[in-house]
Amino acid sequence: MTAPGAARAIETTGLTKRFRGGQVAVNAIDLAVPAGSVYGFLGPNGSGKTTTIRMLLGLIYPTAGAAALFGVPVPDRAGSVLAEVGALVEGPAFHPYLSGRANLARLDAADATTPSRTRSHRVGEALDRVGLAAAAGKRYRSYSLGMRQRLGIAAALLRPRRLLILDEPTNGLDPQGTREVRRLIGELARDGVTVFVSSHLLSEVEQVCTDVGVMSTGRLVWQGSLAGLAAQQRTRVRVQTPDSALAKGVLADLGLAAVAEEPGLASAVLGDRPPEQVVAALVAAGVAVRGFAVERPRLEDMFVELTGEGFDVSG
Amino acid sequence: MSAADGPARLGLPLFASEVGMLLRRRRNQLILLALVAIPIVIGVAVRLTSSNATGGLIGSITDNGIFVAFTALVVVIPIFLPVAVSVVVGESVAGEANLGTLRYLLVVPVGRTRLLFTKLAAIAVWCLVIVSVVALAGVLTGVVLFPAGRVTLLSGTQISLLAGIGRLVVVAGYAALLMLGLSAVGLFISTLTEVPIAAMAATLTFAVTMQVLVAVPQLHAVHPVLLSNSYLAFADLLRDPIGWSGVGHGALLSLAYLVIFGSLAWARFTTKDVSS
Repeated sequence: MTAPGAARAIETTGLTKRFRGGQVAVNAIDLAVPAGSVYGFLGPNGSGKTTTIRMLLGLIYPTAGAAALFGVPVPDRAGSVLAEVGALVEGPAFHPYLSGRANLARLDAADATTPSRTRSHRVGEALDRVGLAAAAGKRYRSYSLGMRQRLGIAAALLRPRRLLILDEPTNGLDPQGTREVRRLIGELARDGVTVFVSSHLLSEVEQVCTDVGVMSTGRLVWQGSLAGLAAQQRTRVRVQTPDSALAKGVLADLGLAAVAEEPGLASAVLGDRPPEQVVAALVAAGVAVRGFAVERPRLEDMFVELTGEGFDVSG
Repeated sequence: MSAADGPARLGLPLFASEVGMLLRRRRNQLILLALVAIPIVIGVAVRLTSSNATGGLIGSITDNGIFVAFTALVVVIPIFLPVAVSVVVGESVAGEANLGTLRYLLVVPVGRTRLLFTKLAAIAVWCLVIVSVVALAGVLTGVVLFPAGRVTLLSGTQISLLAGIGRLVVVAGYAALLMLGLSAVGLFISTLTEVPIAAMAATLTFAVTMQVLVAVPQLHAVHPVLLSNSYLAFADLLRDPIGWSGVGHGALLSLAYLVIFGSLAWARFTTKDVSS
Protein backbone atom coordinates (compact mmCIF):
# COMPACT_ATOMS: atom_id res chain seq x y z
CA MET A 1 0.00 0.00 0.00
CA THR A 2 2.87 2.36 0.64
CA ALA A 3 5.92 2.84 -1.48
CA PRO A 4 8.64 0.51 -0.26
CA GLY A 5 11.36 2.19 1.74
CA ALA A 6 9.54 5.50 1.91
CA ALA A 7 11.61 7.30 4.50
CA ARG A 8 9.40 10.32 4.74
CA ALA A 9 6.15 10.28 6.66
CA ILE A 10 5.17 13.57 5.03
CA GLU A 11 6.65 15.12 1.95
CA THR A 12 5.39 18.11 0.02
CA THR A 13 6.79 19.89 -2.99
CA GLY A 14 5.75 23.41 -3.82
CA LEU A 15 2.51 22.93 -1.89
CA THR A 16 0.44 26.06 -2.38
CA LYS A 17 -3.05 27.17 -1.43
CA ARG A 18 -4.51 30.32 -2.82
CA PHE A 19 -8.01 31.03 -1.55
CA ARG A 20 -10.71 32.36 -3.80
CA GLY A 21 -10.16 35.90 -2.57
CA GLY A 22 -6.62 35.70 -3.95
CA GLN A 23 -5.00 35.41 -0.54
CA VAL A 24 -2.10 32.97 -0.57
CA ALA A 25 -2.39 31.03 2.68
CA VAL A 26 0.37 28.54 1.94
CA ASN A 27 3.13 29.50 -0.44
CA ALA A 28 5.14 26.77 -2.15
CA ILE A 29 6.30 24.86 0.91
CA ASP A 30 8.54 21.80 0.79
CA LEU A 31 7.95 19.82 3.96
CA ALA A 32 10.14 16.82 4.68
CA VAL A 33 9.06 14.98 7.80
CA PRO A 34 11.28 11.96 8.51
CA ALA A 35 9.44 8.76 9.50
CA GLY A 36 9.76 8.22 13.23
CA SER A 37 10.39 11.85 14.05
CA VAL A 38 8.45 14.17 16.30
CA TYR A 39 8.12 17.17 14.07
CA GLY A 40 7.19 20.53 15.56
CA PHE A 41 5.33 22.66 13.04
CA LEU A 42 5.71 26.16 14.36
CA GLY A 43 4.52 29.57 13.40
CA PRO A 44 2.34 32.43 14.52
CA ASN A 45 -1.43 32.24 14.27
CA GLY A 46 -2.43 32.79 10.66
CA SER A 47 0.88 31.66 9.20
CA GLY A 48 -0.71 28.80 7.23
CA LYS A 49 -0.19 25.84 9.57
CA THR A 50 -3.79 24.67 9.69
CA THR A 51 -4.30 25.20 5.95
CA THR A 52 -1.25 23.01 5.35
CA ILE A 53 -2.62 20.34 7.68
CA ARG A 54 -6.01 20.43 5.93
CA MET A 55 -4.25 19.86 2.61
CA LEU A 56 -2.26 16.95 4.04
CA LEU A 57 -5.53 15.34 5.16
CA GLY A 58 -7.33 15.86 1.85
CA LEU A 59 -9.85 18.28 3.34
CA ILE A 60 -8.93 21.13 1.06
CA TYR A 61 -7.39 20.88 -2.36
CA PRO A 62 -4.04 22.50 -3.12
CA THR A 63 -3.85 25.18 -5.79
CA ALA A 64 -0.43 23.92 -6.83
CA GLY A 65 2.23 21.47 -5.74
CA ALA A 66 1.99 17.96 -4.38
CA ALA A 67 1.84 16.20 -1.04
CA ALA A 68 2.40 12.59 -0.03
CA LEU A 69 2.00 10.64 3.20
CA PHE A 70 4.38 7.65 3.35
CA GLY A 71 4.82 8.05 -0.39
CA VAL A 72 1.07 7.89 -1.09
CA PRO A 73 -0.11 11.02 -2.91
CA VAL A 74 -2.85 13.03 -1.21
CA PRO A 75 -5.56 13.98 -1.84
CA ASP A 76 -5.68 11.64 -4.88
CA ARG A 77 -5.22 8.43 -2.91
CA ALA A 78 -5.97 9.76 0.56
CA GLY A 79 -8.46 6.95 1.14
CA SER A 80 -5.72 4.33 1.12
CA VAL A 81 -3.43 6.01 3.64
CA LEU A 82 -5.62 8.05 5.99
CA ALA A 83 -6.63 5.01 8.03
CA GLU A 84 -3.03 4.97 9.24
CA VAL A 85 -3.20 8.64 10.17
CA GLY A 86 -4.80 9.97 13.33
CA ALA A 87 -5.59 13.65 13.32
CA LEU A 88 -6.70 16.51 15.49
CA VAL A 89 -7.51 19.46 13.25
CA GLU A 90 -8.36 22.91 14.53
CA GLY A 91 -9.80 21.71 17.78
CA PRO A 92 -12.14 18.83 18.60
CA ALA A 93 -15.61 18.60 17.03
CA PHE A 94 -18.28 16.15 18.14
CA HIS A 95 -22.03 15.79 18.29
CA PRO A 96 -23.12 17.70 21.41
CA TYR A 97 -26.04 15.43 22.28
CA LEU A 98 -24.07 12.21 22.11
CA SER A 99 -21.84 10.98 24.92
CA GLY A 100 -18.09 10.89 24.50
CA ARG A 101 -18.28 7.12 24.08
CA ALA A 102 -21.09 7.32 21.50
CA ASN A 103 -19.16 9.93 19.53
CA LEU A 104 -16.09 7.72 19.36
CA ALA A 105 -18.22 4.70 18.45
CA ARG A 106 -19.68 6.68 15.57
CA LEU A 107 -16.23 7.58 14.25
CA ASP A 108 -15.12 3.99 14.64
CA ALA A 109 -18.23 2.80 12.80
CA ALA A 110 -17.35 5.17 9.97
CA ASP A 111 -14.04 3.36 9.51
CA ALA A 112 -14.73 0.68 6.92
CA THR A 113 -11.52 -1.16 7.78
CA THR A 114 -12.13 -2.05 11.42
CA PRO A 115 -14.27 -4.94 12.63
CA SER A 116 -17.49 -4.08 14.46
CA ARG A 117 -17.04 -6.85 17.05
CA THR A 118 -14.12 -5.12 18.74
CA ARG A 119 -15.51 -1.60 18.52
CA SER A 120 -16.35 -1.13 22.18
CA HIS A 121 -12.92 -2.44 23.13
CA ARG A 122 -11.15 0.09 20.88
CA VAL A 123 -13.33 2.94 22.12
CA GLY A 124 -12.74 1.97 25.75
CA GLU A 125 -9.00 1.82 25.28
CA ALA A 126 -8.83 5.19 23.57
CA LEU A 127 -10.89 6.75 26.36
CA ASP A 128 -8.63 5.17 28.97
CA ARG A 129 -5.54 6.45 27.28
CA VAL A 130 -6.60 10.08 27.59
CA GLY A 131 -8.09 9.68 31.07
CA LEU A 132 -11.71 10.10 30.04
CA ALA A 133 -13.04 6.70 31.09
CA ALA A 134 -14.98 8.14 34.02
CA ALA A 135 -16.71 10.78 31.89
CA ALA A 136 -17.32 8.56 28.86
CA GLY A 137 -21.08 8.36 29.41
CA LYS A 138 -21.63 12.10 29.73
CA ARG A 139 -22.92 14.15 26.86
CA TYR A 140 -20.23 15.95 24.93
CA ARG A 141 -21.93 19.30 25.48
CA SER A 142 -21.28 19.06 29.20
CA TYR A 143 -17.54 18.48 28.68
CA SER A 144 -15.06 21.17 29.65
CA LEU A 145 -12.67 22.54 27.03
CA GLY A 146 -9.91 20.27 28.30
CA MET A 147 -12.15 17.18 28.23
CA ARG A 148 -13.17 18.00 24.67
CA GLN A 149 -9.54 18.27 23.67
CA ARG A 150 -8.86 14.90 25.31
CA LEU A 151 -11.75 13.32 23.42
CA GLY A 152 -10.31 14.72 20.19
CA ILE A 153 -6.98 13.08 20.98
CA ALA A 154 -8.77 9.84 21.87
CA ALA A 155 -10.40 9.87 18.42
CA ALA A 156 -6.97 10.18 16.84
CA LEU A 157 -5.85 7.14 18.87
CA LEU A 158 -8.85 4.90 18.08
CA ARG A 159 -6.59 2.47 16.25
CA PRO A 160 -2.83 2.05 15.92
CA ARG A 161 -1.46 4.73 13.64
CA ARG A 162 1.77 5.30 11.77
CA LEU A 163 1.34 9.05 11.78
CA LEU A 164 -0.40 11.45 14.11
CA ILE A 165 -1.13 14.96 12.94
CA LEU A 166 -1.98 17.08 15.96
CA ASP A 167 -2.97 20.68 15.43
CA GLU A 168 -2.42 22.65 18.65
CA PRO A 169 -3.08 19.57 20.83
CA THR A 170 -2.70 21.33 24.17
CA ASN A 171 -5.19 24.12 23.49
CA GLY A 172 -7.41 24.52 26.49
CA LEU A 173 -5.53 21.99 28.61
CA ASP A 174 -4.32 22.87 32.09
CA PRO A 175 -0.60 22.47 32.89
CA GLN A 176 -1.25 18.92 34.08
CA GLY A 177 -3.06 18.07 30.85
CA THR A 178 -0.28 19.65 28.81
CA ARG A 179 2.28 17.46 30.56
CA GLU A 180 0.15 14.39 29.89
CA VAL A 181 -0.08 15.21 26.20
CA ARG A 182 3.68 15.64 26.07
CA ARG A 183 4.15 12.30 27.81
CA LEU A 184 1.70 10.70 25.39
CA ILE A 185 3.58 12.10 22.39
CA GLY A 186 6.80 10.73 23.85
CA GLU A 187 5.24 7.30 24.36
CA LEU A 188 3.88 7.17 20.84
CA ALA A 189 7.20 8.29 19.40
CA ARG A 190 8.94 5.48 21.30
CA ASP A 191 6.52 3.05 19.66
CA GLY A 192 7.72 4.32 16.29
CA VAL A 193 4.77 6.56 15.48
CA THR A 194 5.64 9.72 13.57
CA VAL A 195 4.11 12.73 15.29
CA PHE A 196 3.52 15.98 13.44
CA VAL A 197 2.50 18.56 15.99
CA SER A 198 1.68 22.16 15.21
CA SER A 199 1.91 24.90 17.75
CA HIS A 200 2.26 28.63 18.08
CA LEU A 201 4.02 28.06 21.39
CA LEU A 202 7.62 27.11 20.99
CA SER A 203 8.03 26.09 24.61
CA GLU A 204 5.39 23.43 24.08
CA VAL A 205 7.23 21.52 21.38
CA GLU A 206 10.83 22.29 22.31
CA GLN A 207 10.83 19.52 24.89
CA VAL A 208 9.42 16.75 22.72
CA CYS A 209 10.52 17.47 19.17
CA THR A 210 13.36 16.00 17.18
CA ASP A 211 12.66 18.17 14.15
CA VAL A 212 11.06 21.51 13.51
CA GLY A 213 9.63 23.49 10.63
CA VAL A 214 8.90 27.17 11.03
CA MET A 215 6.14 28.89 9.09
CA SER A 216 5.85 32.60 8.56
CA THR A 217 3.16 34.25 6.42
CA GLY A 218 2.57 31.11 4.37
CA ARG A 219 6.21 30.22 3.82
CA LEU A 220 8.34 27.54 5.42
CA VAL A 221 11.24 29.69 6.59
CA TRP A 222 13.27 27.03 8.36
CA GLN A 223 13.23 23.25 8.56
CA GLY A 224 15.58 20.69 10.05
CA SER A 225 16.50 18.84 13.18
CA LEU A 226 16.28 20.60 16.50
CA ALA A 227 19.97 19.81 17.05
CA GLY A 228 20.75 21.47 13.73
CA LEU A 229 18.84 24.51 14.79
CA ALA A 230 20.76 24.68 18.05
CA ALA A 231 24.06 24.30 16.19
CA GLN A 232 23.09 27.18 14.01
CA GLN A 233 22.65 29.43 16.96
CA ARG A 234 25.06 32.28 17.18
CA THR A 235 26.54 32.16 20.66
CA ARG A 236 27.83 35.53 21.79
CA VAL A 237 30.41 36.49 24.40
CA ARG A 238 29.74 39.55 26.50
CA VAL A 239 32.55 41.27 28.35
CA GLN A 240 31.72 43.74 31.10
CA THR A 241 34.61 46.14 31.43
CA PRO A 242 35.42 49.83 31.88
CA ASP A 243 37.92 49.41 28.99
CA SER A 244 35.29 48.59 26.39
CA ALA A 245 37.18 50.07 23.47
CA LEU A 246 40.29 48.04 24.32
CA ALA A 247 38.19 44.89 24.75
CA LYS A 248 36.58 45.48 21.37
CA GLY A 249 40.03 45.58 19.79
CA VAL A 250 41.01 42.30 21.43
CA LEU A 251 37.83 40.57 20.26
CA ALA A 252 38.37 41.87 16.75
CA ASP A 253 42.01 40.70 16.80
CA LEU A 254 40.83 37.22 17.77
CA GLY A 255 38.87 37.19 14.51
CA LEU A 256 35.41 37.12 16.10
CA ALA A 257 32.50 38.34 14.02
CA ALA A 258 29.93 41.04 14.72
CA VAL A 259 31.98 42.82 17.33
CA ALA A 260 30.00 45.49 19.15
CA GLU A 261 30.82 47.98 21.84
CA GLU A 262 28.97 50.26 24.18
CA PRO A 263 30.10 51.99 27.35
CA GLY A 264 31.00 49.31 29.90
CA LEU A 265 30.36 46.42 27.51
CA ALA A 266 31.90 44.69 24.51
CA SER A 267 30.42 41.69 22.70
CA ALA A 268 31.01 39.47 19.70
CA VAL A 269 29.88 36.20 18.13
CA LEU A 270 31.94 33.40 19.64
CA GLY A 271 31.95 30.98 16.74
CA ASP A 272 33.79 27.75 17.56
CA ARG A 273 36.57 29.38 19.57
CA PRO A 274 36.76 28.14 23.19
CA PRO A 275 35.66 30.93 25.55
CA GLU A 276 38.66 30.44 27.86
CA GLN A 277 40.96 31.59 25.04
CA VAL A 278 39.00 34.80 24.81
CA VAL A 279 39.35 35.40 28.54
CA ALA A 280 43.10 34.73 28.40
CA ALA A 281 43.54 37.13 25.49
CA LEU A 282 41.56 39.84 27.26
CA VAL A 283 43.58 39.50 30.45
CA ALA A 284 46.85 39.39 28.51
CA ALA A 285 45.88 42.65 26.83
CA GLY A 286 45.29 44.25 30.22
CA VAL A 287 41.52 44.59 29.91
CA ALA A 288 39.90 44.96 33.32
CA VAL A 289 37.34 42.17 33.07
CA ARG A 290 34.45 42.70 35.51
CA GLY A 291 32.19 40.10 33.99
CA PHE A 292 32.33 37.56 31.23
CA ALA A 293 29.36 35.68 29.83
CA VAL A 294 28.74 33.18 27.04
CA GLU A 295 25.20 33.72 25.86
CA ARG A 296 23.35 31.14 23.91
CA PRO A 297 20.22 32.81 22.56
CA ARG A 298 17.01 31.19 23.62
CA LEU A 299 15.21 29.24 20.90
CA GLU A 300 12.34 31.62 21.39
CA ASP A 301 14.50 34.52 20.23
CA MET A 302 15.59 32.54 17.20
CA PHE A 303 12.01 31.93 16.18
CA VAL A 304 11.17 35.56 16.57
CA GLU A 305 14.14 36.22 14.32
CA LEU A 306 12.92 33.63 11.78
CA THR A 307 9.33 34.68 11.72
CA GLY A 308 10.38 38.29 11.87
CA GLU A 309 7.49 39.46 13.98
CA GLY A 310 7.21 37.48 17.14
CA PHE A 311 4.30 35.21 17.77
CA ASP A 312 1.52 37.55 16.86
CA VAL A 313 -1.15 37.16 14.24
CA SER A 314 0.28 37.86 10.84
CA GLY A 315 -1.86 39.67 8.35
CA MET B 1 -7.33 -3.79 5.94
CA SER B 2 -7.79 -7.51 6.29
CA ALA B 3 -9.25 -7.11 9.77
CA ALA B 4 -12.46 -5.61 8.43
CA ASP B 5 -15.55 -7.75 8.37
CA GLY B 6 -18.05 -7.80 5.52
CA PRO B 7 -20.67 -5.37 6.90
CA ALA B 8 -17.97 -2.84 7.78
CA ARG B 9 -16.49 -2.97 4.31
CA LEU B 10 -19.92 -2.24 2.87
CA GLY B 11 -20.21 0.74 5.19
CA LEU B 12 -23.21 -0.67 7.05
CA PRO B 13 -22.07 0.40 10.54
CA LEU B 14 -21.92 4.04 9.41
CA PHE B 15 -25.36 3.71 7.82
CA ALA B 16 -26.69 2.21 11.06
CA SER B 17 -25.10 5.05 13.00
CA GLU B 18 -26.74 7.62 10.70
CA VAL B 19 -30.19 6.06 11.01
CA GLY B 20 -29.75 5.71 14.76
CA MET B 21 -28.88 9.38 15.11
CA LEU B 22 -31.87 10.36 12.99
CA LEU B 23 -34.34 8.34 15.01
CA ARG B 24 -32.85 9.07 18.41
CA ARG B 25 -32.83 12.80 17.92
CA ARG B 26 -35.52 14.36 20.13
CA ARG B 27 -36.58 16.87 17.48
CA ASN B 28 -37.15 14.13 14.91
CA GLN B 29 -39.15 12.10 17.42
CA LEU B 30 -41.40 15.11 17.96
CA ILE B 31 -41.91 15.35 14.20
CA LEU B 32 -42.98 11.70 14.16
CA LEU B 33 -45.38 12.31 17.05
CA ALA B 34 -46.94 15.24 15.20
CA LEU B 35 -47.36 13.08 12.10
CA VAL B 36 -49.00 10.31 14.13
CA ALA B 37 -51.45 12.81 15.57
CA ILE B 38 -52.78 13.80 12.15
CA PRO B 39 -54.66 10.56 11.25
CA ILE B 40 -55.92 10.32 14.83
CA VAL B 41 -57.37 13.83 14.65
CA ILE B 42 -58.94 13.06 11.27
CA GLY B 43 -60.45 9.80 12.53
CA VAL B 44 -61.85 11.31 15.70
CA ALA B 45 -63.23 14.33 13.83
CA VAL B 46 -65.05 12.17 11.30
CA ARG B 47 -66.36 9.87 14.03
CA LEU B 48 -67.75 12.77 16.06
CA THR B 49 -69.40 14.48 13.10
CA SER B 50 -70.17 11.50 10.97
CA SER B 51 -72.81 12.00 8.37
CA ASN B 52 -72.62 10.09 5.15
CA ALA B 53 -73.29 13.24 3.16
CA THR B 54 -69.67 13.86 2.21
CA GLY B 55 -68.23 11.94 -0.70
CA GLY B 56 -64.69 11.12 -1.77
CA LEU B 57 -62.04 9.83 0.59
CA ILE B 58 -63.41 11.39 3.75
CA GLY B 59 -66.85 10.05 2.99
CA SER B 60 -65.42 6.57 2.58
CA ILE B 61 -63.97 6.61 6.09
CA THR B 62 -67.28 5.73 7.73
CA ASP B 63 -67.56 2.73 5.41
CA ASN B 64 -64.05 1.46 6.00
CA GLY B 65 -61.48 2.61 8.56
CA ILE B 66 -58.63 2.06 6.16
CA PHE B 67 -59.61 5.30 4.45
CA VAL B 68 -58.37 7.22 7.50
CA ALA B 69 -54.88 6.26 6.33
CA PHE B 70 -55.50 7.34 2.72
CA THR B 71 -57.06 10.62 3.84
CA ALA B 72 -54.20 11.32 6.24
CA LEU B 73 -51.65 10.77 3.47
CA VAL B 74 -53.52 13.25 1.27
CA VAL B 75 -53.43 15.75 4.11
CA VAL B 76 -49.75 15.38 5.01
CA ILE B 77 -48.17 15.12 1.58
CA PRO B 78 -48.35 18.76 0.44
CA ILE B 79 -46.78 20.36 3.49
CA PHE B 80 -46.24 18.21 6.59
CA LEU B 81 -44.08 15.63 4.86
CA PRO B 82 -41.99 18.26 3.02
CA VAL B 83 -41.37 19.96 6.39
CA ALA B 84 -40.30 16.67 7.95
CA VAL B 85 -38.00 16.03 4.98
CA SER B 86 -36.53 19.54 4.88
CA VAL B 87 -35.60 19.56 8.55
CA VAL B 88 -33.68 16.31 8.33
CA VAL B 89 -32.12 16.72 4.91
CA GLY B 90 -31.03 20.30 5.54
CA GLU B 91 -29.15 19.08 8.57
CA SER B 92 -27.46 16.17 6.83
CA VAL B 93 -24.29 17.68 5.36
CA ALA B 94 -24.56 21.28 6.53
CA GLY B 95 -25.14 20.12 10.11
CA GLU B 96 -21.93 18.08 10.16
CA ALA B 97 -20.07 20.97 8.54
CA ASN B 98 -21.46 23.35 11.11
CA LEU B 99 -20.39 21.18 14.05
CA GLY B 100 -17.00 20.47 12.46
CA THR B 101 -17.67 16.73 12.63
CA LEU B 102 -17.55 16.61 8.84
CA ARG B 103 -13.77 17.03 8.80
CA TYR B 104 -13.34 14.23 11.30
CA LEU B 105 -15.55 11.87 9.31
CA LEU B 106 -13.56 12.64 6.17
CA VAL B 107 -10.20 11.94 7.82
CA VAL B 108 -11.39 8.63 9.31
CA PRO B 109 -11.38 8.26 6.23
CA VAL B 110 -14.89 8.14 4.86
CA GLY B 111 -14.73 8.82 1.13
CA ARG B 112 -16.83 11.80 0.17
CA THR B 113 -18.88 9.75 -2.28
CA ARG B 114 -19.49 7.06 0.33
CA LEU B 115 -20.50 9.65 2.92
CA LEU B 116 -22.96 11.28 0.53
CA PHE B 117 -24.49 7.92 -0.40
CA THR B 118 -24.78 6.96 3.25
CA LYS B 119 -26.49 10.26 4.03
CA LEU B 120 -28.89 9.74 1.13
CA ALA B 121 -29.63 6.17 2.18
CA ALA B 122 -30.42 7.31 5.73
CA ILE B 123 -32.69 10.02 4.35
CA ALA B 124 -34.47 7.39 2.24
CA VAL B 125 -35.13 5.48 5.45
CA TRP B 126 -36.47 8.67 7.01
CA CYS B 127 -38.84 9.18 4.04
CA LEU B 128 -40.14 5.64 4.51
CA VAL B 129 -40.51 6.13 8.25
CA ILE B 130 -42.50 9.37 8.06
CA VAL B 131 -44.88 7.94 5.48
CA SER B 132 -45.22 4.65 7.35
CA VAL B 133 -46.08 6.21 10.70
CA VAL B 134 -48.90 8.18 9.07
CA ALA B 135 -50.22 5.10 7.24
CA LEU B 136 -49.90 2.86 10.27
CA ALA B 137 -51.50 5.33 12.67
CA GLY B 138 -54.24 5.81 10.07
CA VAL B 139 -54.99 2.10 9.83
CA LEU B 140 -54.99 1.65 13.61
CA THR B 141 -57.22 4.67 14.15
CA GLY B 142 -59.55 3.49 11.39
CA VAL B 143 -59.81 -0.03 12.75
CA VAL B 144 -60.60 1.23 16.23
CA LEU B 145 -63.17 3.84 15.24
CA PHE B 146 -64.77 2.45 12.09
CA PRO B 147 -65.77 -0.85 10.51
CA ALA B 148 -63.14 -2.71 8.53
CA GLY B 149 -63.90 -5.26 5.89
CA ARG B 150 -64.14 -5.27 2.14
CA VAL B 151 -62.88 -2.01 0.71
CA THR B 152 -65.04 -0.06 -1.69
CA LEU B 153 -62.74 1.77 -4.09
CA LEU B 154 -63.40 5.26 -5.46
CA SER B 155 -64.57 3.65 -8.67
CA GLY B 156 -67.17 1.67 -6.74
CA THR B 157 -65.51 -1.71 -7.06
CA GLN B 158 -65.04 -3.79 -3.90
CA ILE B 159 -61.78 -5.50 -3.05
CA SER B 160 -60.73 -7.54 -0.03
CA LEU B 161 -59.26 -5.83 3.03
CA LEU B 162 -55.94 -7.51 2.33
CA ALA B 163 -55.91 -6.13 -1.21
CA GLY B 164 -56.86 -2.74 0.27
CA ILE B 165 -53.85 -2.91 2.59
CA GLY B 166 -51.78 -3.80 -0.48
CA ARG B 167 -53.00 -0.64 -2.21
CA LEU B 168 -52.10 1.36 0.92
CA VAL B 169 -48.57 -0.03 0.84
CA VAL B 170 -48.21 1.03 -2.81
CA VAL B 171 -49.58 4.50 -2.02
CA ALA B 172 -47.19 4.87 0.91
CA GLY B 173 -44.27 3.73 -1.23
CA TYR B 174 -45.23 6.27 -3.88
CA ALA B 175 -45.42 9.06 -1.29
CA ALA B 176 -42.02 8.06 0.10
CA LEU B 177 -40.53 8.09 -3.39
CA LEU B 178 -41.83 11.62 -4.01
CA MET B 179 -40.29 12.74 -0.74
CA LEU B 180 -37.00 11.13 -1.77
CA GLY B 181 -37.05 13.28 -4.92
CA LEU B 182 -37.48 16.36 -2.74
CA SER B 183 -34.70 15.06 -0.46
CA ALA B 184 -32.25 15.07 -3.35
CA VAL B 185 -32.89 18.78 -3.80
CA GLY B 186 -32.36 19.32 -0.09
CA LEU B 187 -29.19 17.25 -0.05
CA PHE B 188 -27.74 19.38 -2.82
CA ILE B 189 -28.66 22.57 -0.96
CA SER B 190 -27.12 21.09 2.18
CA THR B 191 -23.75 20.74 0.43
CA LEU B 192 -23.79 24.44 -0.45
CA THR B 193 -23.79 25.85 3.05
CA GLU B 194 -22.45 25.34 6.54
CA VAL B 195 -25.64 26.68 8.12
CA PRO B 196 -28.18 23.84 8.56
CA ILE B 197 -31.10 26.18 9.23
CA ALA B 198 -30.46 27.90 5.90
CA ALA B 199 -30.48 24.56 4.10
CA MET B 200 -33.73 23.55 5.83
CA ALA B 201 -35.40 26.86 4.97
CA ALA B 202 -34.22 26.75 1.36
CA THR B 203 -35.47 23.20 0.87
CA LEU B 204 -38.84 24.04 2.38
CA THR B 205 -39.04 27.18 0.26
CA PHE B 206 -38.41 25.05 -2.79
CA ALA B 207 -41.25 22.70 -1.78
CA VAL B 208 -43.68 25.54 -1.11
CA THR B 209 -42.75 27.31 -4.33
CA MET B 210 -43.61 24.15 -6.26
CA GLN B 211 -47.00 24.12 -4.58
CA VAL B 212 -47.62 27.76 -5.48
CA LEU B 213 -46.64 27.21 -9.10
CA VAL B 214 -48.99 24.25 -9.37
CA ALA B 215 -51.82 26.47 -8.11
CA VAL B 216 -51.37 28.89 -11.00
CA PRO B 217 -53.17 27.42 -14.04
CA GLN B 218 -51.39 29.78 -16.44
CA LEU B 219 -48.15 27.98 -15.63
CA HIS B 220 -49.47 24.61 -16.73
CA ALA B 221 -46.54 24.28 -19.14
CA VAL B 222 -44.13 23.75 -16.24
CA HIS B 223 -46.48 21.67 -14.12
CA PRO B 224 -45.28 18.31 -15.48
CA VAL B 225 -41.78 18.91 -14.08
CA LEU B 226 -43.00 19.90 -10.62
CA LEU B 227 -43.03 17.16 -8.01
CA SER B 228 -45.98 18.73 -6.22
CA ASN B 229 -48.09 18.27 -9.35
CA SER B 230 -47.80 14.52 -8.84
CA TYR B 231 -48.48 14.47 -5.10
CA LEU B 232 -52.14 13.52 -5.37
CA ALA B 233 -51.86 11.25 -8.38
CA PHE B 234 -52.11 8.33 -5.97
CA ALA B 235 -55.88 8.67 -5.93
CA ASP B 236 -55.64 6.70 -9.20
CA LEU B 237 -54.33 3.78 -7.17
CA LEU B 238 -57.70 3.61 -5.41
CA ARG B 239 -59.63 2.90 -8.57
CA ASP B 240 -60.27 -0.26 -10.49
CA PRO B 241 -58.55 -0.76 -12.83
CA ILE B 242 -55.58 1.13 -11.39
CA GLY B 243 -54.61 4.18 -13.42
CA TRP B 244 -50.86 4.00 -13.59
CA SER B 245 -50.09 6.94 -15.86
CA GLY B 246 -50.17 9.73 -13.26
CA VAL B 247 -48.35 7.66 -10.66
CA GLY B 248 -45.85 6.46 -13.24
CA HIS B 249 -45.11 10.03 -14.25
CA GLY B 250 -44.66 11.05 -10.61
CA ALA B 251 -42.35 8.12 -9.91
CA LEU B 252 -40.19 8.83 -12.96
CA LEU B 253 -40.11 12.53 -12.14
CA SER B 254 -38.97 11.75 -8.62
CA LEU B 255 -36.22 9.47 -9.94
CA ALA B 256 -35.17 12.24 -12.33
CA TYR B 257 -34.89 14.66 -9.39
CA LEU B 258 -32.88 12.04 -7.54
CA VAL B 259 -30.44 11.62 -10.43
CA ILE B 260 -30.11 15.31 -11.32
CA PHE B 261 -29.88 16.82 -7.84
CA GLY B 262 -27.99 13.80 -6.51
CA SER B 263 -25.37 14.37 -9.22
CA LEU B 264 -25.21 18.07 -8.44
CA ALA B 265 -24.75 17.29 -4.74
CA TRP B 266 -22.02 14.79 -5.61
CA ALA B 267 -20.24 17.19 -7.97
CA ARG B 268 -20.31 19.91 -5.34
CA PHE B 269 -19.42 17.80 -2.32
CA THR B 270 -16.51 15.91 -3.89
CA THR B 271 -14.77 19.07 -5.06
CA LYS B 272 -15.35 21.54 -2.28
CA ASP B 273 -12.80 22.60 0.29
CA VAL B 274 -13.87 21.54 3.76
CA SER B 275 -12.64 24.41 5.85
CA SER B 276 -15.20 24.30 8.63
